[in-house]
Order: sequence, then structure tokens, then C-alpha cells
Amino acid sequence: MNFEIPDFLPAVPEMFVLGMACLILVIDAFLPDSRRDITYGLVQATLVAAAGLTLWMMGPETVLTFSDTFVKDPMADILKVAVYVTSFLVFLYSRPYLMERGIHKGEFYVLGLFAVLGMMIMISGHNLLSLYLGLELLSLSSYALVAFWRDNSRATEAAMKYFVLGALASGLLLYGMSMIYGMTGSLDIAVIAAELVAADESLNIPLVFGLVFLVVAIAFKLGAVPFHMWVPDVYDGAPTAVTLFLATAPKIAAFAFLMRLLVEGMGPMHADWQGMMIILAVLSLAVGNVIAIAQTSIKRMLAYSTIAHIGFLFMGILAGTDSGYASAMFYVIVYAITAAGGFGMIVFLSREGYEADQIDDFKGLAKRNPWFAFIMLLLLFSMAGVPPTVGFYAKLAVIQAAVGVDLVWLAIVAVIFSIIGAFYYLRVVKMMFFDDPQDGAAEPVQPSGALATALSINGLAVLLLGIFPGLLLSLTHYAIIG
Amino acid sequence: MFADWPVLSLLIWLPILGGFLVLVAGRDAPHVARRLGLAVAVGTFVASLPLWFMFERGTAEMQFQELASWIPAFNVNYHLGVDGISMPLILLTTLITVVVVIAAWESVKDRIAYYMAAMLVMEGLMIGMFASMDAVLFYVFFEAMLIPMFLVIGIWGGPRRVYATLKFFLYTFLGSVFMLVALIWMYIQSGSFLIQDFHALPIGLTAQILIFLAFFMAFAVKIPMFPVHTWLPDAHVEAPTGGSVILAAIMLKIGGYGFLRFSLPITPDASAVLDTMMIVLSLIAIVYIGLVALIQSDMKKLIAYSSIAHMGFVTLGFFLAFYIYSNTGDWEGASLGIAGGMVQMISHGFISAAMFLAVGVLYDRLHSRQIADYGGVVNTMPWFAAFFVLFAMANTGLPGTSGFVGEFMVILAAFRADFWIAFLAATTLILAAGYTLWLVKRVIFGAVANDNVAGLSDMNRREFFLMGVLAFFTLLLGVWPAPLLDVMNATIDHLVAHIAQSKL
Repeated sequence: MNFEIPDFLPAVPEMFVLGMACLILVIDAFLPDSRRDITYGLVQATLVAAAGLTLWMMGPETVLTFSDTFVKDPMADILKVAVYVTSFLVFLYSRPYLMERGIHKGEFYVLGLFAVLGMMIMISGHNLLSLYLGLELLSLSSYALVAFWRDNSRATEAAMKYFVLGALASGLLLYGMSMIYGMTGSLDIAVIAAELVAADESLNIPLVFGLVFLVVAIAFKLGAVPFHMWVPDVYDGAPTAVTLFLATAPKIAAFAFLMRLLVEGMGPMHADWQGMMIILAVLSLAVGNVIAIAQTSIKRMLAYSTIAHIGFLFMGILAGTDSGYASAMFYVIVYAITAAGGFGMIVFLSREGYEADQIDDFKGLAKRNPWFAFIMLLLLFSMAGVPPTVGFYAKLAVIQAAVGVDLVWLAIVAVIFSIIGAFYYLRVVKMMFFDDPQDGAAEPVQPSGALATALSINGLAVLLLGIFPGLLLSLTHYAIIG
Repeated sequence: MFADWPVLSLLIWLPILGGFLVLVAGRDAPHVARRLGLAVAVGTFVASLPLWFMFERGTAEMQFQELASWIPAFNVNYHLGVDGISMPLILLTTLITVVVVIAAWESVKDRIAYYMAAMLVMEGLMIGMFASMDAVLFYVFFEAMLIPMFLVIGIWGGPRRVYATLKFFLYTFLGSVFMLVALIWMYIQSGSFLIQDFHALPIGLTAQILIFLAFFMAFAVKIPMFPVHTWLPDAHVEAPTGGSVILAAIMLKIGGYGFLRFSLPITPDASAVLDTMMIVLSLIAIVYIGLVALIQSDMKKLIAYSSIAHMGFVTLGFFLAFYIYSNTGDWEGASLGIAGGMVQMISHGFISAAMFLAVGVLYDRLHSRQIADYGGVVNTMPWFAAFFVLFAMANTGLPGTSGFVGEFMVILAAFRADFWIAFLAATTLILAAGYTLWLVKRVIFGAVANDNVAGLSDMNRREFFLMGVLAFFTLLLGVWPAPLLDVMNATIDHLVAHIAQSKL
């Protein structure tokens, strides 16, 4: 066996983020609590620099390296940039929240940065092992993030649930991977795909058996029904800053993970996983949208809304066409931007001792602060998929993917549930614009510096991307189709 | 000199950007908001005049076209253009918006800048919808206008405004999403979102019927047709005066426009198969809803039901075409019915706007819409009474007013189809006379009912102006409908020629 030095160049952003994460961990240990902003600044600078590196190295060709365990292609580049941007927003939104509660610690940022690294590896994984490693790095960082407000019993409980169920999902994933490995004799995504094409009929049952475990694990991680139980509990129990993180960037990485495993690896078995994903999509749309109506906590409501969005995301992927994958990629990026704004708004409205996590807390926001009520209005209509916000084009794209493969009934199911979904988004709009403020929240919300600016830009981006959706859509089509 | 200008883009974006300007500039200065809002509305109206004067009669081609790539990934273009059907509706929109802005001058006291902005943004969106030649662009405008209307009813509406506005939004949203699926299906088949390409697309009968039903969901809710009309009385009663005017004068027309632009030309065979259903539903709207209007005790509700009945004439006129053809063997009468429906839409735009404004005038003074609270208004408000009677007469379809022209044309067409259809349609002349004149009798005439009525003051100059403008157009269209028919003729003939060709 001869050893050759791998081509490090495609993985430079990953190595940079890894190096910086270790460096910041050390630096942070020597900083007094009052200087925590240095950690924050370094982490944000790392994300900006990583984005610069990724953009600088962006190219149309697909490059494999590290014995084909790592891939760099246009999809990876674009998704990584999306991860940096959403993570940047998340850290920016989180800082005031953490400071007010006296938990502005370096761990939050360092763990966040390791999670970003995990996502990058998931996005670029081209081997069952590297994909699994990326996923575990993300998951372990996430468990710790949920638990990191250790004086808060609800957060601790949420972390426990998250960890147990997440570990179970990882186990299922590994089991499925081992089945696939046993049948195809390889961990390499491309080799698996080639083996599946050539596979003997008799291998069909064990292969489907393995596939089921993969799909279940993915559904667990994304929170698709019926593997969604942890989502509302964890979203609700975790500190809002952490919920904000969990709800955004990891979904982008999970999309890439799904693409690498199911589409690139198990692509020849599309007919098999399509049926499974249809069930997951319909259930997610139904359960997510219907149960969200009954929620009184806005964090839980958005958690169920996320579940419904996953259903839409699946619709794009299960179509099994390039334009379907591109639509799903567009959907997940749009979702991440919108969810960042939505959870960011909760962070923005909350203060020490007042979490603003009940839907009633939004009452009369239009009187207290018309501008941010307008921003929230845009975000909610985008989640509901009402034009001219960008959420509409995301739904348009995935519905088109489904109709394109003659799944018109699925498209109709999806739009019916999106009407049901519109109700609970509208209810929040109603509270903001038509109701009077509650007593506890009577004082005007004071916009504060960077958070307010970023949130405004986030909200307006939802509108501007809706008026000019062509660029982002072309970008996702370029990433998938070339 | 105007021919090369992007007139349609100007008409869409001037009010939208102007609306946001009003929002920014007028937030703490109501006077600025009012004047700026009026300036934008008048400016848009003036900018829309070239459409009328430069419009080339005698051709069914789309005019004033603008084309720019918008979403290349889906072959969606920013493609605008108007023909004889959409152009009059755009002018109606710009005119009614001026009326609504002036009507809000004193009657809206809370957050006037937001109100003006919402109205102007809505104007731009409605014009955009009428001018879209691309289905996605159409859909975007079609849906987007729900947002400002949702806020207008919800913020400035009456006591049950939240219920009414949620019902309004969800009903219309429910209708339109099925249309979206149908549009996407046709895109998959044709590779283009251009509405004209959909017109030319051959579609099998089963698919046509499903597509027709999807469109029906979207447009029947908008018009609204029986049995999906129940949101309208609620929305009208709770909406502020301006909201009611926009709703009745323009938003209802969107449903009728949709039938002409989408249902008839895209699914002619399904329309032929299902025309009995459409005619029956239209007749139910005309007769049954007319009866319902009789017993209303709330003036706005009465006018809302009367709107549903009058819009029944529109759909009746549109869907008589196939009936007439199978009966007489020629398409002559079909044009008559469709043209009658179009005239009825424009005419109803003026009359319903005037009726809701008249109720608004009374409501501003006594804060009641109950018929029982009034009586003998003529004694204290003679000018108002004169206008009210005029519009009431127009509403019943008195010859010489615009209300007569459209109804007469549709009834005439109905006679070519079937006597009994014509007979039932003509009962509206009695029913409308019944509920409208009874309303007039109870509110306007008789002895002064109570001290409140005795203390009423007649219309001020602003209100007089609004009523005068609408009265002018009602009478003009009533005695001289030729210019309007002239504009529409070529387009309607083209449409009839198109639906005469089976797509199977």
C-alpha cells in the first residue's frame, strides 16, 4: 500500500475553521469574563474569512481528495457559504441574549464553531465514514449547546432528551450504513452507487433493509414525522439563542447529508426511498401544520412549522429530478434565512426575565414598534408562502418538482396543508397588528444597535429575494445541474 | 410620444413606491400623508390616461407590452401587456383609488399614513395583476394584494374585524392555491408560463375539467359566487368605507377577469361541459341572493348581497356563450353576453363604490349602519338624498344609467340561450328594485325618524365631489356606452373565436 500526500487545497476552509476553533478555545481560556467580546469577534472573523476562502476557491469542477472521502463541488461551496452566513447571523443575534442572562461564555461560540466545522464536513463528505463523522461533530456540539445554560432546568431536560434520541438516531444510521457496506463492500459514495446499479436482484431485500435505517436516521435528524417528537421539546426548552442555531444552519447541512447519502449514494434505489419519503412528507405536512395551531408558545409553534417545512423540503427531493434537488436546495436556504429572522425576532423582543416566547407576547407589537412588526410580518408571510416574499418561490419550486413527476395529488395535499398553516402565521400577524399590547410588555421595544440592523436586513432580504428571486434560483440550479 | 414609455410599469410601481414614501414621510404628519397620498393617486390616474387614448382599437393584440427576464430558471418573465378586457379595468382601478383616497380624508383618523400606504400599494398590485401576461407574475400580484387588504380590514375595521379579515384571507388563499397547482401543471406541459401559451396548449377533457375546477375555486371565491360568497358580507360589513369600496369596485372584478383570461380560453371544452353548473350558480346568485338582500337590516350588508347578485350577471353573461351556440348554432350572441358581463363589471365598479361611499357618509355622521336608525334623511340632507336616489336607481338597472346597459345585454343574450334563463335573470329587475327602493324608502324618505337624523348636516364639498364624479361616469356609461364597447369589441370577438375551437 503506497501512501501519497493528499491534495489539501479543496479542504482549506475546513482546516482553517478547525485551526481557528482550537486557537479560539485556547485564547478564550485566558480571557476574563469582561473580554468575552474578543472571542465573539474572533469567531465572526473566522466565519467571514472562511466564507472568503470558500468563495475564492469556488469552481465549477468536482474535486475529490483524501482518498475520495472528501468532495468539493459547486453544491458544497454554495451550501457552505449559506452555513457561514446563517451562523454569522445566529451568533450576532445571540450575543445580546447571552449577555443579558449572564451566560455570555466562550463555550457558546467555540461549540458553535465546531458545529459549523461538522456541518462543513457533512456537506463535503463523500464516504459513509466522513459523513458520519461530520454528523457526530455537529450533533455532539449541539447537545452541549442545548445543555450549556446549566442552571436552567428546562434546558437541561431538553438536552437530555435531545442526546438520548439523537444517539438512538446515530445508532440507526450506523446500522444502516453497515448493512449497505456489507452488501456493496465499500464506504465510498460513488462506489456504492456503481455497485447498486450492478447489484443482483437477490440483494434487493437486505439493501432496502439498510436503506430504511438510513432514511429513518435522516428523518430523525431533520425532525420529519413520525420521528419529530424531540423537535418541539428541544426547541422550546433550549435557550432561544441555541434554538435559533439549531433551527437554521444544521438544516442546510442535513440537506447536503441527505443529498450525498440518498441521491449520490443510493440514487439507483430512488424508487424505493421515494415511497418512504412521500409518507414522511405527507405526515410532516399534516402533523406540523395542524399541531402548530394548538400552540401557545411561539417557539413550539415555530418548531412545528419547521416540521412542516421539512415536509416541503422532502417533496423537492423525492421527485428525484435535478430540478427537484435544486428546488429543495433553494427551499432549505430560504427556510434557513427566514427561520433565522423568526427566531431572531424572539431573541430581539426578549429581555432578562421576559423571554417573549409566548405568542401573546407579540400582541400589539405594531403599536410598540411598527418597524419590527413589519419585519416580522414579512417573515411570517414568507413562512406561509405568500408572495411577494421569497417563501412563495420556495413553495412554487418544490410544488413544481412534484407536479413535474406526476405527483399532482402530493402537490394538492401540500397546498391544502399550507392553507391550514397560513392560519397560525396569520394569528401572530393578527396579534401584532390588531390587538393591544399586554400589560407586561407595554413599554416600547428599544432597538439596539447591531441586532436591530441585522434583523432589519434579514427581514428585508426576505422581501427583496422575493421581488428578485431569479439570482438565488439560478445559483441553486447551477449548483445541482451545472 | 407615450408609446415607447413603460406605462404599465409606471402604473404599477408609482403607487407602490409612492405608498412607501407616504409611510415614511407621513408617519407623524397626517397632513403630509393625506396630500402626498392624493398626489400619488392622482398622478397614477393621470399616468393611466394614455392607456385609453393611445390604445389601438380594432385589434386583439396585447398592447403596451414590456418584457424582461425575471426568473430564468423557470422561464418566468416580467411580461406586461393589456388588451380590451384589462385596460378598462386598470382605468377603473386608478379612478377608484383617487376616490378612496379622498374619501379617507377625514373619516380615517387612526394611523392615516398607513391607511394611505396600504391603499396605494394595493392599487399598484391590482394594476400589476390586470397587466400581467405571465402566470407567475399574475399569481404573485393576485396573492400579494391579500396582505394590504388583510391589514386594512383588520386595523381599521369594525367590531368583528378580526373574524372577518381572517375569513377573507383564508377563503381567498384557499381558492388560489389550487390555481397555482393548475398553472404549474400547464407549465410542465408547455414549458412556459406565458398565459397566451396556455391558451394555445392542447389539453384533454379530464385535465381540462380539473383545471377548470381549480380556476373556479380561485375566481368563484373572488367574485364571489354562490356558495362560496359568505366571506363577502362579513368583510364588507367590517371593512372601513375605503376598504369596502376597493373590495366591491375592483377586487370582485378580479374573479370575472380571471374567468375571461384563464378559464374560458384555457379550458373551453370544460367550460362547455360545465356551463350548466355555472349558469345555475349564477342564477342562484341573482335570485336567491337577491331575496337575501331584501331582509337585511344593515345597509352595508344589503349592498354586499346586492353586489353578489349583480356579479351573478357577470358570470351568467360569460358562460351563456356555449348555451347560445348549441341553441342557435352561431357565436353572435356569445359576444353579446361576454360584452354585457364586462360592461356590468365596469358599471358595478362605479355604482357599488358610490353606494358604499353613501353609507360611509351616513356612518361618519351617526356611526350606525342600521337601516332602523335612519328615516327622512331627505329633509336634512337633500343633496345627499338626490345622489343616493340616483345610485339606487342605477343599482336597480334604470335605463339611462350604466346599470341598465350591462344587464340588458346579458338578458338579451340569455333570450338567445333559453327563455327560462332569461326569465329568471330578469327577475333581478324586480328584486333589485325591491331591495334598493325599499332601502331608499326607509332611509331617505318619510318623516324625520329621530333627533340624530334631524341634526344631520348635508354633504360637504369633498363628499359632493366624490359623488359627482361617480354619478358622472354612471350616467355617461348609461347613455353612451359605445366608447367602452368599442375598446373591448376586438378582444371579445377574438376570445369568442378562440373558445369556438375545441382543444381536444
